[in-house]
Amino acid sequence: MTDTRTPSRSATPSTGVSRRTLLKGTAAVAGAAVGSGAITGFPTIWAQNIKNVTLRQFGTGVSNLNAVADKVKEDLGFTLQMTALDSDAVTQRAVTQPKSYDIADIEYWIGKKVFPAGVMQPMDVKKIKNFDKIVPIFITGKLTPDSAIAQGTAPHTVGFVEGKDSTKFAKAPTDWMTLIPTIYNADTLGIRPDLVGRPISSWKDLLDPAFKGKASLLNIPSIGIMDAAMVCEAMGEVKYGDKGNMTKEEIDKTLKIMTDAKKAGQFRAFWKTFDESVNLMSSGEVIIQSMWSPAVAAVRAKGIQCVYQPLKEGYRAWGGGLGIAKHLSGLELDAAYEYINWYLSGWVGAYLNRQGYYSAVLETAKQHMSPEEWAFWMEGQPAKADILSPEGKVMEKAGAVRDGGSFQERMGRVACWNAVMDEDRYMVRKWNEFIAA
Amino acid sequence: MTLTAETSRPSATAAAGRARRVRLLPRVAPYLQAAPLTVTLLLFLLVPILTIVAVSFWDYDSVRIYPDFVLTNYTELLTSPVTWKTYLNTLKYAALTWAITLGIGFTVAYFLAFHVRSTTWQMVLFLVCTIPFWTSNIIRMISWIPFLGRNGLLNSGLISAGIIDQPLEFLLFSDFSVVLAFVHLYALFMVVPIFNSMMRIDRALIEAARDGGASAAQTLWNVILPLTKPGIAIGSIFVVTLVMGDFITVRLMSGGQSASIGLMIANEISLLQYPAAAANAVVLLAVVLIMVVAMLRVVDIRKEL
Repeated sequence: MTDTRTPSRSATPSTGVSRRTLLKGTAAVAGAAVGSGAITGFPTIWAQNIKNVTLRQFGTGVSNLNAVADKVKEDLGFTLQMTALDSDAVTQRAVTQPKSYDIADIEYWIGKKVFPAGVMQPMDVKKIKNFDKIVPIFITGKLTPDSAIAQGTAPHTVGFVEGKDSTKFAKAPTDWMTLIPTIYNADTLGIRPDLVGRPISSWKDLLDPAFKGKASLLNIPSIGIMDAAMVCEAMGEVKYGDKGNMTKEEIDKTLKIMTDAKKAGQFRAFWKTFDESVNLMSSGEVIIQSMWSPAVAAVRAKGIQCVYQPLKEGYRAWGGGLGIAKHLSGLELDAAYEYINWYLSGWVGAYLNRQGYYSAVLETAKQHMSPEEWAFWMEGQPAKADILSPEGKVMEKAGAVRDGGSFQERMGRVACWNAVMDEDRYMVRKWNEFIAA
Repeated sequence: MTLTAETSRPSATAAAGRARRVRLLPRVAPYLQAAPLTVTLLLFLLVPILTIVAVSFWDYDSVRIYPDFVLTNYTELLTSPVTWKTYLNTLKYAALTWAITLGIGFTVAYFLAFHVRSTTWQMVLFLVCTIPFWTSNIIRMISWIPFLGRNGLLNSGLISAGIIDQPLEFLLFSDFSVVLAFVHLYALFMVVPIFNSMMRIDRALIEAARDGGASAAQTLWNVILPLTKPGIAIGSIFVVTLVMGDFITVRLMSGGQSASIGLMIANEISLLQYPAAAANAVVLLAVVLIMVVAMLRVVDIRKEL
C-alpha cells in the first residue's frame, strides 16, 4: 500500500512544480514585455515618416472637434485622436495618467492645478510661428494697452513658466509658454426674453424674487462660485478683493446669500452638463440662468427665443489652450509643434469663431472667413447674409446682431476669469453645503 | 490535483485509493469547492475594500494624494453638519422608498400569488411586471422629467381639465420626484422575493386557518405575513442598499438641489479628493452593513427559507 502511494505522491508535486515553472516562465515573459514597454516608452525612430505618428489629445468637449482631427489628417498627414471629458475628469486625468495623452486641451484654471504636478512640458515660443500675433490678453493680460487686468486666474498669470524644466509660473512673459491659447469666450446669463417680461441688465437679476422657482445656476463649484460672486457684487452685498481668489470670509458671505435664496425657493435646479442647461431653458422650467454660448445657440436652434444677455457688470471669461505632455519627445514632439502652429494658422480659428467662440490669432482666422461672417461675429454688425454654422446650418438670419456686440466690446468687458483659489478646498466644502442646504 | 490523480487510478489500486479518499475527501473537498468563490471574493471584494480603507487615511491636496496615516478625512467628515444632514436626507429617501415599495410589492405579490389561480397567468402577469426593466435605469428615470415638468404632460393635462389653474411646481425637482423615481425603479426588487416567498406557502395552511374560523384579514396577518418575512427581508435589503448608494437618481430628479451620500462621494471624486471620498465610502459601508445586520436580526432568512 505504501508502495502504491509513494509514486503518486512524488508524481503529484513534480507535476505541480512543472506547472509552476511554466507559470513562472509565462509571468517572466509577460513581465519582460511590460517592463520593456515601460522602459523604452515611445519609440523615437527618426527615420519614420511623420504620417505614422498618432497624437492623442484629450480635453473638454468645446474644442475637441472631429472636424479638426479630419482636417489635421488632410493638411498635416498625421492622426489626431480626440477624447472629450468634462472639466473635472480632465483635471483628474491630466494629473493622474500623464502617459495616457500627448496633448492636453485644458482651461487655464485647470492648467494652474495641472502644471505644478510636473506632468507637462512648456513650449518654446521661438518655435511658435504666430506667437507675436496671439491676442495680448494671453501675453500681458491687457486687450489694449490701457485696459484693466481682470480678476481670477487670468491666462497670462499662468501662461508662462520660468524655464524649460520649471513648474513655477513666471510673473512676466518668458520664452516658455505653458499653454497655447486656442479658444476662449465671455460668459454671461442666458434668458428667455419671452418669459422674463422685463429688460435684464445686471447679474443681480438672477436673484430677483420675480423669478422665484425659475432661476438656475451651474453646479461646477469653481465656475458657479464666480457667477455667485458676480451676483453678490452686483447686489452690493459683498465687496471682493479678488473674486477669483476669495478669502474664507468672502466665500462664507457669498454662499450665505445664495443659500438664503435657495431656501426661499429661488432656484428651480442646478445644472452640471451642457444638455441639462439646454433642456431647462427650452422646456421653460428656467427662464434665467448661467449659460454657455453654444447652449444658447442650441436653444435658439429649436426655434425658442433665448438671449445671451450682456450685463452692466461685465462678463465672466474662460479660456483654454493646448499643452504638451512631459513624455513627448523626438518626432512626436515635432509633430505636436507642427499641430500647434497649424492650429494658429487660421482654419481652426475661423471654425471656432463661426461657433461663437474666439480664437487666439485673429489675423489668420480672418483670412479664412468671409467679410460678412467677420463683420457679424467679430465686429458686432448686423448680418448682411444668413450666418451659417461650420456644419452649414443657418444659425442667424440676415439682419441679426450678435448678443453683446463686437469682440472688443465683449472681451474688453471681462470682469473675472474662471479661477482656482488658494482656499479651493474650503470653497468646495462650502459649495457642497450650499447644494445640500 | 492529488485527488484527480487518485480517482483516475486503475481499479487494481481502488481499495487503497478509497481508503485514502475516505480520509482526505471530507477534509479537502469543501475547501476546493469553496476555493473559486473565495478567490473571487478576495480579489474583487476584499482587496478593493481594503484599498479603500487604506486610502481613507491618506492625505491629499488639490491634485495629488500622499500615502500617510491621518484622521483628518474622518474628522472633517464626521464633524461637518453637511454630512449629518446628507445622511438624514438619504435615510429619509430610503425610509420613504422602502415603505412605499413594500406596500406596492406586497400587494402585487399577494395578488399574483393568491388571486391569480392559473400558473400560466401568474407567469404572464409576472413577466408584465418586468417589462419596464427592459430599458435602462436612466431612460426610465429621465422620462419622468417631461411628464412632470412645469409645462409637462401632467400639468398641462390638469390645467386643461380645469382642475388647477397654476402648474404644480412640487412635481418635478423635489423630494416628491426623487422618491417617485426610486419607487418606480426599485418596486420590482420588492415584488420578486415576496412573490417567491408567497408561492412557497403551503395552501393547506390557509385552508386550515379558514377552517379554524379566521377571517381573511386574520389569515393575512397571522399566517401569510409571518411566512413572507424572508421575502420581505430580502426585498428590503435590496431596496435600502440601492437607495443608500444611489447618486444619479437624486441628482437628476432633484435638479441637483438635494444631496445624497453617493452624490457627495461622486463630488469628492470629481475634485480629486480621493481620500475624503474613501473615508466617506467606508462610513457609508459601515452604516449600510449595520442596517442589513439589523434587518437580519429581525428576520432570520436562513432559518425561514
